Amino acid sequence: MSLEDLKKIPYGKTAIELKNISLAFGGVKALTDVSFEVKKGEVFAIIGPNGAGKSSMLNVINGFYKPTSGTINFAGTDRGEMEPELAAKSGIARTFQNIALFKGMSTLDNLMTGRLLKQKQNFLMQALYLGPVAKEEEEHREKVERVIDFLDLQSIRRTPVGSLPYGLQKRVELGRALAMEPEILLLDEPMAGMNVEEKQDMSRFVLTVNNELKTTIVLIEHDMGVVMDISDRIVVLDYGKKIGSGLPKEIRNNKAVIDAYLGVSDD
Amino acid sequence: MIYKETGQYKSSYKSDHAIFPLLQDKIAFSTLMFIAFLIVPLVINSYWEKAILVPFLIFSLAAIGLNILTGYCGQVSLGTGGFMAVGAFSTYKIMTSFPDMNIMIIILISGLITAAVGILFGLPSLRIKGFYLAVATLASQFFLVWLFNKVPWFYNYSDTGQITVSERTMFNIPVTGADAPPYATYLFCLVLVVTLSFAAKNLIRSKMGRSWMAIRDMDIAAEIIGVPPLKTKLSAFAISSFYIGVAGALYFAVFLGAIEVTESFDIMTISFPVLFMIIIGGLGSMLGSFLGAAFIVTLPIGLKFLMVDMVGLSAVTAKHFEITIWGLLMIVFLIVEPHGLARLWSIAKEKLRRWPFPY
Repeated sequence: MSLEDLKKIPYGKTAIELKNISLAFGGVKALTDVSFEVKKGEVFAIIGPNGAGKSSMLNVINGFYKPTSGTINFAGTDRGEMEPELAAKSGIARTFQNIALFKGMSTLDNLMTGRLLKQKQNFLMQALYLGPVAKEEEEHREKVERVIDFLDLQSIRRTPVGSLPYGLQKRVELGRALAMEPEILLLDEPMAGMNVEEKQDMSRFVLTVNNELKTTIVLIEHDMGVVMDISDRIVVLDYGKKIGSGLPKEIRNNKAVIDAYLGVSDD
Repeated sequence: MIYKETGQYKSSYKSDHAIFPLLQDKIAFSTLMFIAFLIVPLVINSYWEKAILVPFLIFSLAAIGLNILTGYCGQVSLGTGGFMAVGAFSTYKIMTSFPDMNIMIIILISGLITAAVGILFGLPSLRIKGFYLAVATLASQFFLVWLFNKVPWFYNYSDTGQITVSERTMFNIPVTGADAPPYATYLFCLVLVVTLSFAAKNLIRSKMGRSWMAIRDMDIAAEIIGVPPLKTKLSAFAISSFYIGVAGALYFAVFLGAIEVTESFDIMTISFPVLFMIIIGGLGSMLGSFLGAAFIVTLPIGLKFLMVDMVGLSAVTAKHFEITIWGLLMIVFLIVEPHGLARLWSIAKEKLRRWPFPY
């Protein structure tokens, strides 16, 4: 499995398939027998109450957690587990629920870290900063500048991200993931704690990435308005089990989902 | 007004990414290099060499080394003395085994040997962090010093356990040994320090430095974007140890000439002062490494001058006061400016930009 395998898959066909994934930490069962598939090019949402295992699911997909049982079929290859580095190399990028930026570095440097895997010059060349290194830096800087343009981050290019407001930090984190030019983008609550305008901006960014770069998006989000609006398909988790999946309108009318999570407004 | 960037437009990413992007910085740095390379060698005497300039250069190098590890990669180390001892003893062993080898090459090989030792002692860093890692590196400090004391092979079975440098030349001018002229030892150190500083700065502003800082700031996220934690941490240990090893080699071969390991590479004489240098200078700042080294090297001299020559205290009393004041200053400093001298400098630059307007 590699980035090439993933790129070869036609849009609309399965990119990642999770089969009977279970994950336990000692006696705590975070996930039990969860199966679903993510199709290439779609916006796929994972929803559910707090502690349902949504973030654990993302961590399994990009190899941060190793599932206790079950297999992950990634771009046609079955695997028992992923490795974070391999996931990054194969074109999976992600953002975190609690912002995980490099706080001491500037916005520009944070975005440049997204390019690390693509920089090939060895450390001796870097120490001497010879022609090829400078050229490589410039190439990647150019890619990063495009992301900066897209996300409107020009004015904070040199600001250490630790001092930025929350909404902007979230945006920089999305930028870092986009700088990796991922095929699959895992977003863990990208709109948590944002006001309506910021949510609209973020939704617009996510949809643009999906429409124009054709990036597959796996999204965890609690704002049902956003989820129902922007996602193509949804899976619902509760207590580590899958309780429903399908199109947004199917989920909205799913009895189990309404009982566990969505609730009813008028009785 | 003095330090304004207005009108200095960058039209390429390359010029934007330069080490000194501003004209004022370029001028200041060129002037400094002009003085350091052409004026100082003409006027330097033995006192300035032995008391200030050479120790400043050597400790700057050690501070850069530790700053790479602690300031940029976030791995606290108290083993600086031990690693400097590795550099010193490697130099001694190579020097006595290969009498014809060039001193520059000997010192660089010593750095590489120290880098290898650094990797070895860096292995625990994958599992332990913060204070626990500091304690683990403390073990390397004590173990290495013990080793160089215990195994006579390292000091060629001499009776005293001391190692002594023999005379080596560069371009037929002695740079080590008792007959080396002040300007030669100074220039020898300066060339190494300037070259290695640029190499360090280049590493920091390219892929390697960003990987280190990513590991320092958020190791989980770094792993997820594809930075391998072990490899990155070990690379920081290796390169940091290389710098510290070269500093140790210079400390022995060029500066002291003869050393005894327990005394010269003790935790109190090397490891803590170098750590203070980077804390006072500024963690994660190249400039900070130099400022910190300058501060720690010149402070005792300044205090001694003040107390013995100005106030008229006896040398012994002054020495006691000196230690107390040193400690006190350290505490005051950390409370007033925890980000170090480098931060003070950037505040000063900010003020110079706006001067004479007070807003």
